[in-house]
Amino acid sequence: MRRVLPEALLAAVLTAVLAVPIFGLRIHVDGIDVSLDRTPTPVIVAVVVVFLLRLFQEPLRAGWARARLSITWQHPLADALRRTRRQPGYRALPWTLLLIAAVVWPFTASRGAVDIMTLALIYVMLGLGLNIVVGFAGLLVLGYAAFYAVGAYAYALLAQHFGLSFWLSLPIAGALAALTGFLLGLPVLRLRGDYLAIVTLGFGEITRLLLNNLNVLTGGPDGIGNIPRPTLFGLEFGRRASEGGATFHEFFGIDYSGEHAVIFLYLLGLALVVSILFVIDRLQRMPLGRAWEALREDEIACRSLGLNPTVIKLSALTLSAVFAGLAGAFFAARQGYINPESFTFIESAMVLAIVVLGGMGSQFGIMLAAIAITALPELAREFNEYRMLAFGLVMVLMMIWRPQGLVPAVRPRLELPERSEPAP
Amino acid sequence: MSRSLGKTAAAEPTPSPLLEVRGLSMRFGGLLAVDTVNFDVRRDQIFAIIGPNGAGKTTVFNCVGGFYRPTTGSVTLDGQPIHHLSSHRIARLGLVRTFQNVRLFKTMTVVENLLISQHTQLETRLLHGLFKTPNYRRAEAEALERAVFWLDKVGLLPVANREAGNLAYGQQRRLEIARCMITHPKLLMLDEPAAGLNPQETRDLDRLINDLRAEHGVAVLLIEHDMSLVMGISDEILVMEYGRPIATGTPDEIRSDPRVIKAYLGEE
Amino acid sequence: MSGSSLLEFIQQAINGLTLGSIYALIAIGYTMVYGIIGMINFAHGEIYMIGAYVGLLVITVLGLFGVDSISLILLATLAVSILVTGSYGWTVERLAYRPLRGSPRLVPLISAIGVSIFLQNYVQLGQGARDVSMQPVLTGGWRFGPEDGFQVYLSYMQVLIAAVTVVSMTVLTLFISRSRMGRACRACSQDRAMANLLGIDTDRVIALTFVLGAALAAVAGVLVSMYYGLVNPFIGFIAGLKAFTAAVLGGIGSIPGAMLGGVVLGLAESFASAYLRTEYKDVVAFALLIGVLLVRPSGLLGRPDVEKV
Repeated sequence: MRRVLPEALLAAVLTAVLAVPIFGLRIHVDGIDVSLDRTPTPVIVAVVVVFLLRLFQEPLRAGWARARLSITWQHPLADALRRTRRQPGYRALPWTLLLIAAVVWPFTASRGAVDIMTLALIYVMLGLGLNIVVGFAGLLVLGYAAFYAVGAYAYALLAQHFGLSFWLSLPIAGALAALTGFLLGLPVLRLRGDYLAIVTLGFGEITRLLLNNLNVLTGGPDGIGNIPRPTLFGLEFGRRASEGGATFHEFFGIDYSGEHAVIFLYLLGLALVVSILFVIDRLQRMPLGRAWEALREDEIACRSLGLNPTVIKLSALTLSAVFAGLAGAFFAARQGYINPESFTFIESAMVLAIVVLGGMGSQFGIMLAAIAITALPELAREFNEYRMLAFGLVMVLMMIWRPQGLVPAVRPRLELPERSEPAP
Repeated sequence: MSRSLGKTAAAEPTPSPLLEVRGLSMRFGGLLAVDTVNFDVRRDQIFAIIGPNGAGKTTVFNCVGGFYRPTTGSVTLDGQPIHHLSSHRIARLGLVRTFQNVRLFKTMTVVENLLISQHTQLETRLLHGLFKTPNYRRAEAEALERAVFWLDKVGLLPVANREAGNLAYGQQRRLEIARCMITHPKLLMLDEPAAGLNPQETRDLDRLINDLRAEHGVAVLLIEHDMSLVMGISDEILVMEYGRPIATGTPDEIRSDPRVIKAYLGEE
Repeated sequence: MSGSSLLEFIQQAINGLTLGSIYALIAIGYTMVYGIIGMINFAHGEIYMIGAYVGLLVITVLGLFGVDSISLILLATLAVSILVTGSYGWTVERLAYRPLRGSPRLVPLISAIGVSIFLQNYVQLGQGARDVSMQPVLTGGWRFGPEDGFQVYLSYMQVLIAAVTVVSMTVLTLFISRSRMGRACRACSQDRAMANLLGIDTDRVIALTFVLGAALAAVAGVLVSMYYGLVNPFIGFIAGLKAFTAAVLGGIGSIPGAMLGGVVLGLAESFASAYLRTEYKDVVAFALLIGVLLVRPSGLLGRPDVEKV
């Protein structure tokens, strides 16, 4: 106790120094008059809380450790879950059930809910895409929204200037985003991995800047509107068909309903997510996917075996960009209108938060996190104000306590069949 | 009698050695870690570099393998200069290595470690893998077969599905050698392969190295402190001290060289 | 070059040097941290932003007490701002980075970006998202050139910025080269494990590095708040990006490199906004970053680093 008290006092003083200029004295500007608002309450609260926490740090820690021990001891559920996930074929059944539920769900849910879930699906795509480069290859990309923007603007511009349909634009959007990722990675990936973080951060800012200023091409801050919705084999979802087109409800002889379009978009997003999941699953078992993980684990060993680190990293960045491009095109199609505000750093940070929260390398975790992070602000509006604050805090806390994420990745291990393994 | 360096090349009867190192020096800031080293490794030869700790042996390895760019000097593999190439290019030319403190992919299984080292020989084209074309399936199956062959060779077949990081130390060392051999190298560089092994494991290693040369036609360049292993296995030995080469010769010549005894063996 | 365009060129050079001084001060924080623990401290731009806020606060408080001596204002703002940002630097290192020592490289990097996002929004919560502006403390300057043509304007504030920057850098250089702690810093940046074995408390050295970097960022923040008189919670983001570019330009890990890189970047930007379009000055800075990484990744004054195998 004798040693703890001065340390607690010191921590309290430090807290006061940190908090007073931000929360204790607020600058108030009124015209040319500058005055100060004194708000001592938050500072006092912070100081007292820190003081008490620091004073009772030891007992609190011990209590926490005991609590954690009892939780893990009392929950064989976690163990059981882990065991089933190890079992062969564990993937097939739950995933199939989940997919069926996801397909049936929109027909029972409200239009608003389906719409929000469609947005969540976009973040699932982005999270899964970013996960390739962050989770598998272990490279930090901070301007992911830039690739997303490339995809969105690609579709918007192709539709506007050349009248290309969503289905034709989708692969082009993916390819353009890939090209962007490739060209950006080429000079940077020869160097130490962390340069990629800052270069992509810069690239994200520059992209936003260019979108805002190249008015002739991008429409500047006003963005691009009237982006056509996707069609189902040429069938449109509007009330009336465009010139020479046909509508979905007329074709099937049913009454027009706005819900058709919403559900169709949702199912389209779901289909995209499922294909992305399929591709990622294959990638993980391919030589390329193995090489990403090997590189993350030991670059020097990889080089000593003849693997070219630059090429392997570049492939991860390029593929990751493809998925952002696809997500971007889908986003443009869903919104019908895009402007640079949708592709700011906040967007990149949000996708990174999804990957970190869900668990780097963990597809399932990322999907949960994407849905949670998109749905939460809708459920609790007041959360919006603290959203970014929470994302920042979550990133730090997760790195300290649970860097593997909420649902840690289970990587598909390649094993020899039993026959070639004699009993030990 | 041992010969002093520089005359070695002229005295050798073989016209084209596999590896030629000429005037190799490496400087870190003010420290000359390797000072004008010359040596040749012939095909089918087991060549050892010995010397006290800090003599610059591993630095020679790093220069030869392309991990450091030598300050001066040249390294030639099979007649092709390689000292300006990056390490992965050199590895593809058939020069691979192990590390002093084993560098396995620890969270991956033993088999996976052996598949990664075959990366350059596998079907890595994206679409082939995505759609599992027959070509791709065949390549994967063959890669697995090669992995099984080498696991059997180094006695790791029973632990093929374990995580590499969970293997015993001696097993990790053998896995690292198998991981190199599966790439069909011309020259295998082993950095202290016997460090941390018990006497029985060291004898097995001796047999394995001899076997690799006899059956797989690989030349071996090794750094080692275990004198019984080095003296028993090597055709030729280079002794280094303070970054400088002080003698080369057969094990017998080295054993009787007064400079070597004074600098190195005498202290043992 | 005609006389008027020469004068215009000189004017841009003066503006560029002013801007460059600010970048250089921030860049040193990046370069020192990278030199010692090999991490990009993304939150450093936010520390600078907090420094600028504290600068404005102190100036406002002094204004309420009727203090109008410029040297007193300068000294007081610097002292308070360094105290506060130094505390932020120390706390951030202690809470968000120190527990992660020895983790894979990606882990502290993500934590750093988390801290950066957190601090930006935390200040926004406390001080609001709006621009805070105030009357400049120091006005006036000198004019050179013909009465009827283009005149070069050198403000007192620009001279003050240059002077304060030079003094801060001299103090830092002396500290690093002469003092015991400075020697420990240099030892750690060469080989941290070895320094630890030799009895240097590396944790303390790392903490000191963060505090020193934060102090220089505070100086930059105070100077900016006095020069432009405009602060918002987002200024740290882009300034941090630029300063990092400056650090890479000069050679990351090298303190003189950061100074040089800052000045070069400041000049490049100033000329770009004069001779191209103002909107593209950030694009120029970014292009410069890519260019340096392509042509000379070790920077102007950096040594190519040899990876330990």
